[in-house]
Amino acid sequence: MAPRRPVLEFRNVHTHYGPVHILKGVSLSIYEGQIVCLLGGNASGKTTTLKTVLGLVAPTAGEVLVEGEVVNGWPTARIVARGVSMVPENRRLFKRMTVRENLEIGAYLRTDDTSADYERILDMFPRLKERLGQRAGTLSGGEQQMVAVGRALMARPRVLLMDEPSMGLAPVLVAQNFDIIRQINEAGTTVFVVEQNANMALSIADYGYVLQTGKIVLADTARNLLANPEMRQAYLGEVG
Amino acid sequence: MTPMDLRRTLRWGSLAGAVMVFTCAVGLFEAFEDRLLVYPFLSLGHVLLLWFLPLAGYQATNEPVLEGMEAPSKGLHNVMAGLVAGLAGGVLMGVFTVVVDAADVRDVFVRLSVRLVDLLTHGWGVPGGLVLIVGVPAMLGMAGGMLHLVSAPVRRRLILALEWALVVALLEQVFSQVLRQLRLGAVGNLIFTRRALEWWAALAIAALVALLAERARGGMGRIKGYLFAADAVRRTRNSIWSALAVLAFLVILPQLLGSLLSELLANVGLFLLMGLGLNIVVGLAGMLDLGYVAFFAVGAYTVGVLTSPISPRFDLEWSWWAALPVAILMSVVAGVLVGTPVIRMRGDYLAIVTLGFGEIVRILFLSDWLAPVFGGAQGVRNVPGIPVGVAEVRGSQPVGVLYFAFGLVLVAAWVSWALQESRLGRAWTAIREDETVAAAMGINVVRAKLNAFIVGAILAGLGGALFAAKVGSMFPSSFELLVSIIVLVVVIVGGMGNIPGVAVGAVLLIGVLGGPTQPGLLAEFAEFKLLIYGALLVFMMLRKPEGLLPSVRRSRELRGEELSQDAWLDRPSGDVEVDARPAGG
Repeated sequence: MAPRRPVLEFRNVHTHYGPVHILKGVSLSIYEGQIVCLLGGNASGKTTTLKTVLGLVAPTAGEVLVEGEVVNGWPTARIVARGVSMVPENRRLFKRMTVRENLEIGAYLRTDDTSADYERILDMFPRLKERLGQRAGTLSGGEQQMVAVGRALMARPRVLLMDEPSMGLAPVLVAQNFDIIRQINEAGTTVFVVEQNANMALSIADYGYVLQTGKIVLADTARNLLANPEMRQAYLGEVG
Repeated sequence: MTPMDLRRTLRWGSLAGAVMVFTCAVGLFEAFEDRLLVYPFLSLGHVLLLWFLPLAGYQATNEPVLEGMEAPSKGLHNVMAGLVAGLAGGVLMGVFTVVVDAADVRDVFVRLSVRLVDLLTHGWGVPGGLVLIVGVPAMLGMAGGMLHLVSAPVRRRLILALEWALVVALLEQVFSQVLRQLRLGAVGNLIFTRRALEWWAALAIAALVALLAERARGGMGRIKGYLFAADAVRRTRNSIWSALAVLAFLVILPQLLGSLLSELLANVGLFLLMGLGLNIVVGLAGMLDLGYVAFFAVGAYTVGVLTSPISPRFDLEWSWWAALPVAILMSVVAGVLVGTPVIRMRGDYLAIVTLGFGEIVRILFLSDWLAPVFGGAQGVRNVPGIPVGVAEVRGSQPVGVLYFAFGLVLVAAWVSWALQESRLGRAWTAIREDETVAAAMGINVVRAKLNAFIVGAILAGLGGALFAAKVGSMFPSSFELLVSIIVLVVVIVGGMGNIPGVAVGAVLLIGVLGGPTQPGLLAEFAEFKLLIYGALLVFMMLRKPEGLLPSVRRSRELRGEELSQDAWLDRPSGDVEVDARPAGG
């Protein structure tokens, strides 16, 4: 599918936590219909990048654009209303709310009928059907991931941000999880996924960025990244 | 025979001893020694002094029955452990008495007196009376241990019977008043002597309760089944009926109670109104606001200065109804003024800053600077009542105030309920759980929190307006920090986030114990009110942090298949110990 225009774009973005410089001039573009992954080790600034998209962290320099519009300084709610949703790291469900309530709160900003999305999500995750009245905190890790993804999809986003979706999941669930991401993408949602599991992420992505201590050090199509020897050595766990 | 666990027994025994020493040292025993509960021998002081002993005796060998394990055998060791525990407590108490008698420790413990030793030893003096001081606790501890020997249902009945006899004796005022209103005053005069139950009446009540206990349990079970019927339609219908029943009860109640008790209940209504407001701020939106009294003060003063004929600055003499919208408006303004700067803070910081604002408001009303408007320390007096048709609701007619307070509470409860079920209510729940993720869902966190603050302020302002008309005068000292704290305790004890829970908390704390300056049913405890409040709060935090009546959300969550998973998740300390209090206790 031919990329048209960036749904999400970073132009030389810098962020700071107090005196600590986190992102040091990050530029990236995510085009409509793509799956883009952002790879990197611990403390490389991956999560900060996602938080910057939503305005949860304010950039100190540079521009963040959603659908071609600079969103620097916008309140989070307004950015979300533009069609950005997030599956946060560790899922972070509203643990005391039921599964149904978690899904409903995902559609908080929508004023139209959400029942079609609700049905679609339950078709995607049939296991949740029997868990609807159960408290989210009592679900297994895999089920929680389903709720977290469902909750984000309830907003019917243009871009879905996913922060380390495979963290803390059993290997078999990780594979399922990436299958789901592909399904979501095929249904028309652009996905921006942050991962440490580079192999898996690149196997479904169209394009990949590698972040290292706040700088993009590699940017290429997923296929080229998988073939890149430097990449293989540093992130894909191959020795020599 | 299971050997007695000596360490554990002594631990419970010394705990019981500590309770006794404490009761004496703070003066509780002496203060209530002459308030008889059961005529002619049992006083409230003795109950307070000794209540823990049977419990300790029982606990000394109380083992949780674990599934799949053999139930621990019962026998002499239970009784012995009870005896030893009681003895240990008694010895501790004996040592304490000897010390008080021999050394003058009254510089530190101002409550200790020579009379105390006399009372404790029953006038037998120190060497002789020690037999009593050690012997009585030992016997009571043994009685506690003996409870193990009877079967669980019998034990439950015994304890329930004892509790009821004591409750009836303690609430003599209510019972004799209700009997009088029912034209059964003669019965009251018969069973009560000098505010205490006749011993035979106490026995009769205990016997009656013991006989009816099982039947009452079945009845309660049916009522619960009725209220929490599984299918939604029946449940809704049933809860409508029960709401109507409660309403009818509330309409009849003031007629039964007479003016003194109505006055108490009107105070309950006032604090319930504020409790409902604070419940929105703390229970729903999760912001710990310790300056809640500020809005109460704003509401009261606004009504005061606009309606009083001797208002320091204005000469308006508006009716209460005209002043009410202004009072609400001022509360909103105060809510925005206080809320805007503090809303971005979290947790402890928010609590401390709101606490500061609460005090600032009180000091402003007290200040010379605003004295031309608010009267400074003189306050605002001669606030008229609330005209309702041809009648007027004012403090001197508590029954009218009570009805009016009920009305306002119903409105507030309805508003709370509607908000809780609304989109805003869901946003509050989400914010309380995880503010960052709530923001990522598109919830405008700052605005939602500010809304909670404003709604809370309005309800407190309404409470203030009622207070102004009810009391007729106000002074800065009516709006101390203590008011905020007590409203908070009402919410916590009742059950945060739950409307009926707040009602239970208000009835129990304000009605029974009394408010910051308002007397409660147990007016004799007034001096020790704060002590009891504190103890209750600590107890609730440790054992029942979700409150006496947890919210439907929580009870729904805790029922059904998740129960087994959640049992340990919900214990704050994480231990799996089975609730080890004696049944019904």
